[in-house]
Amino acid sequence: MALLEIKNIVKQFGDFTAVDNVSLSIETGEFFTLLGPSGCGKTTLLRMLAGFEQPDSGEILLDGKNVANVPPEKRPVHTVFQSYALFPHMTVADNIAFPLKMAKKDPADIQKQVSKLLEDVRLAQFGNRFPHELSGGQRQRVAIARALANRPRLLLLDEPLSALDAKLREQMQIELINLQKEVGITFIYVTHDQGEALALSHRIAVMNKGTVEQLDIPEKIYGFPKNRFVADFIGQCNLLDGTIVEVGSDRMKVEIAGVGIAETLPAEGAKVGAKGTLALRPEKIKISSSLPADVADEVHFRGTVHDCLYLGDVTIYIVELENGLLLEAMLPNSASGQAKFFNDNDAVEIAWRFDAGHFLTE
Amino acid sequence: MFKRNLGKWLITWPPTLYLLIFFAIPALIMVVASFRFPGDYGGLLPLYHIDEATGRAVIEVTRENWRDYFTLENYARLTEDSVYLQLFIKSFYYAGLTTLICLIMAYPLAWLIARSNQKVRDLLVLLVILPFWSNFLVRVYAWMIILGPNSAFTKITNMLLGLLGIAPQSFMFSPFAVVVCLVYVHLPFMVLPLYANLEKHDMSLLDAAQDLGANAWQRFWKVTWPLSLPGVYAGAALVFIPALGIFAVPDLLGGTDGIMIGNLIKQQFLESRDWPFGSVLSIVLTLFALGLAGLAALIGRASSR
Repeated sequence: MALLEIKNIVKQFGDFTAVDNVSLSIETGEFFTLLGPSGCGKTTLLRMLAGFEQPDSGEILLDGKNVANVPPEKRPVHTVFQSYALFPHMTVADNIAFPLKMAKKDPADIQKQVSKLLEDVRLAQFGNRFPHELSGGQRQRVAIARALANRPRLLLLDEPLSALDAKLREQMQIELINLQKEVGITFIYVTHDQGEALALSHRIAVMNKGTVEQLDIPEKIYGFPKNRFVADFIGQCNLLDGTIVEVGSDRMKVEIAGVGIAETLPAEGAKVGAKGTLALRPEKIKISSSLPADVADEVHFRGTVHDCLYLGDVTIYIVELENGLLLEAMLPNSASGQAKFFNDNDAVEIAWRFDAGHFLTE
Repeated sequence: MFKRNLGKWLITWPPTLYLLIFFAIPALIMVVASFRFPGDYGGLLPLYHIDEATGRAVIEVTRENWRDYFTLENYARLTEDSVYLQLFIKSFYYAGLTTLICLIMAYPLAWLIARSNQKVRDLLVLLVILPFWSNFLVRVYAWMIILGPNSAFTKITNMLLGLLGIAPQSFMFSPFAVVVCLVYVHLPFMVLPLYANLEKHDMSLLDAAQDLGANAWQRFWKVTWPLSLPGVYAGAALVFIPALGIFAVPDLLGGTDGIMIGNLIKQQFLESRDWPFGSVLSIVLTLFALGLAGLAALIGRASSR
């Protein structure tokens, strides 16, 4: 039996459907991420799991019991809030002790447990400090320690790293992964940051407009987005509109309007004449001033460099194809110091393996 | 150097001067007065006279006779009759009770205002301060009518008491009337600082407390209440201190039973024409109030550790 089972959850605010018939199943020990743009319903879903909102219909089964109408204080579910929500009038130790006191644990045990938790989050020296005396990263760790204190069945994290700067965020991501392994508690993580989701999660549910667009492991989400929305939302992706012109057993041909024929992997249920989108990651596109045109399994086009984005480790070249279509290609910069291989208006040739992208039928 | 500080001086000196002239110096005059003797027709016994021939002031106090002009007798008088101490205690009791009732009434009200949406909030704040637009004495007189024997309030209350088998009560000229009116007059002074404090509270703290297992009572007692203490202290000071020294309300509503220390002080200065003793009472009242504030601060600091 899954630890948490969400069945056909619907939540409406007036005319607006925030969560539209979502079903999910989450296993014990999983690091599960709800990923989506703001307003996609991920936070509403999280608040229903915490108990702050009640679903209009559907069930939330925790260990097989429906908790949809159980108030937050009675659920074995704790939340790390986006703003941390540390109690400003309590010391770090008192903050962490709060859930233990509410659960009426023995005071001696509480003290032992608090010092253990402080060590776990590397704040052993900070027990007597007040939250306002800590840095953002330290506050974050206190919030996590506090939410973990009672060993909840489920830890909910609501964009917990969004207030931190990039460097610290990366560091906290590693800490989160380690912490989750250590404590073995199921984490449900809400974020709009796809990089964070890919780095942290065992599985990701990509949400849009109240529904789950795709639910899979990070590699599949990135490599095989199920539809245009997922492809566009996760990472950079070239989306080329086209029509299927030939379907074979191990590959098919797609006509990209005004550019030419591109071979690709056969899409599920592909039919000749069906329209769709070829999704192609920029890092999978080769770019050079001249490329052999007749390499087997490769799709080959010509174009001119339209723009360059120098990003340090890589440069993104925006290549204009013959019909004016813009395509992004990513090239790692060489270690020898050469940073940019092409300039604006250079004529280039581009190519990608037929299985580099995949076709999303409409 | 001087030029750079000129603006600062111009801004800070007038209020400092004002306080010096109209607060510090009068307070000092009162302290001196508390050690002097009353004059024959009120006021203070003069320390000098004008020589009619020369038109010059001649100081009468000398090294030998200063005991005829300065004395501790006024302070000693406090201990001679326990009625003064009783009056002090009673005044502290009325002011304390007023503060407590104001707090209990103002807290939910301030919470409601702080949690309303912006438009309703402004309206409610306006309603709270609306009574200030009418004269203080008019409001006190209104209570004389409300609590008087012929008012609807008195009649209905006595009818209800009658149903319970309790004899009809007279509400006017009693400590009850004094406290009721003190609460009414001071309530806004409690609501406003509490509102200002509660309005700033971060609601996600209550979510967090609930999420971590706190029920409604624990959420209030462990989160909202301790965070609102600065507002409670400010409100309590704004109610307690003026209520302690007030004389108009007990004068008009208190009768003989309901008089407070403010009435006695006023009486010393006006009816009894005993300025020195009035000064003593004022000073002792101030010292008591300061002592209480200091004690509250100490308790506050100790409990926040």
